[in-house]
Amino acid sequence: MKNKLLPLSIAFIFIIIFVIFYKGLQDTNIYTPEVKKNYEVPSSSVELFDSNEKVNTLEIFNSDKFYLLNIWSSWCLPCRQEHSILMELTKNDNLKVIGINYKDTKKNAKNFLKEFGNPYDKIIFDNKGTNAIEWGAYGVPESFLINKNKIIMKYIGPLSKESMEEIKLFIK
Amino acid sequence: MKILKLFLIIFFIFPINSLKADNEVLKNKITKNLRCLICQGQSVYDSDSEFANSLKIVVDNKINEGLSEKQIYSYFQSKYGEWILYDPLFNKNTYFLWLLPLLIFFLGGAIIFNKFLKKQK
Repeated sequence: MKNKLLPLSIAFIFIIIFVIFYKGLQDTNIYTPEVKKNYEVPSSSVELFDSNEKVNTLEIFNSDKFYLLNIWSSWCLPCRQEHSILMELTKNDNLKVIGINYKDTKKNAKNFLKEFGNPYDKIIFDNKGTNAIEWGAYGVPESFLINKNKIIMKYIGPLSKESMEEIKLFIK
Repeated sequence: MKILKLFLIIFFIFPINSLKADNEVLKNKITKNLRCLICQGQSVYDSDSEFANSLKIVVDNKINEGLSEKQIYSYFQSKYGEWILYDPLFNKNTYFLWLLPLLIFFLGGAIIFNKFLKKQK
């Protein structure tokens, strides 16, 4: 019995280590963020871009319509890429696009909107990036589809044609 | 009179300074325990990315609002999931992780104990 215990435990440890390393080989090194869905819109006080007025986020997303919250910045290149998709989405009556202007200056942001068009119904001014943190965002661009005060979809990175089709299916 | 003034100045300035310093220490501690999610192998404290810088401001705000260290961790966990914390929680996904060292420790102990018994005999 005593003689058997040592080789058995060595074999046991070896098998455990083997399984861990074997599983580790199959894992990808790229971390994909957890996309949590169906959670409530965070309630916080925010500053509006145009009027400098302070409002609560819940007041912005109060109707039964669908909202697409888009985090953008004039210095962000992928935001230019997705801007045409946002402009296209504003054609839907059932959807309002709300922007969070992330770590930007008002002058640059205004120039950006003048150049590419303004798809936003309202813009939240977030020059410190703290509002984006409230939403659990990683950076720019990022978009959240909201209905009845719940986040139903989250898009990390620029919106693609496929995501646009998906949003259109949601709001039908 | 001069001494009294000096004493009063020191008396009023000192606690404010130490309070600020305490907050700074707490802020550093918290940001060292938060993972910068968009960086590779860096804590929020170490990183200078846009994400990490915003997070540092939020930590500062939360400390000023009077939230405790634990409350701040659970706030970030609710926003970004468990991955943002360096210390993994004890749940069904991490039982193995937490219990393995203990298991190996007891196994080693059993082997040593066995050898000891053998020698005595």
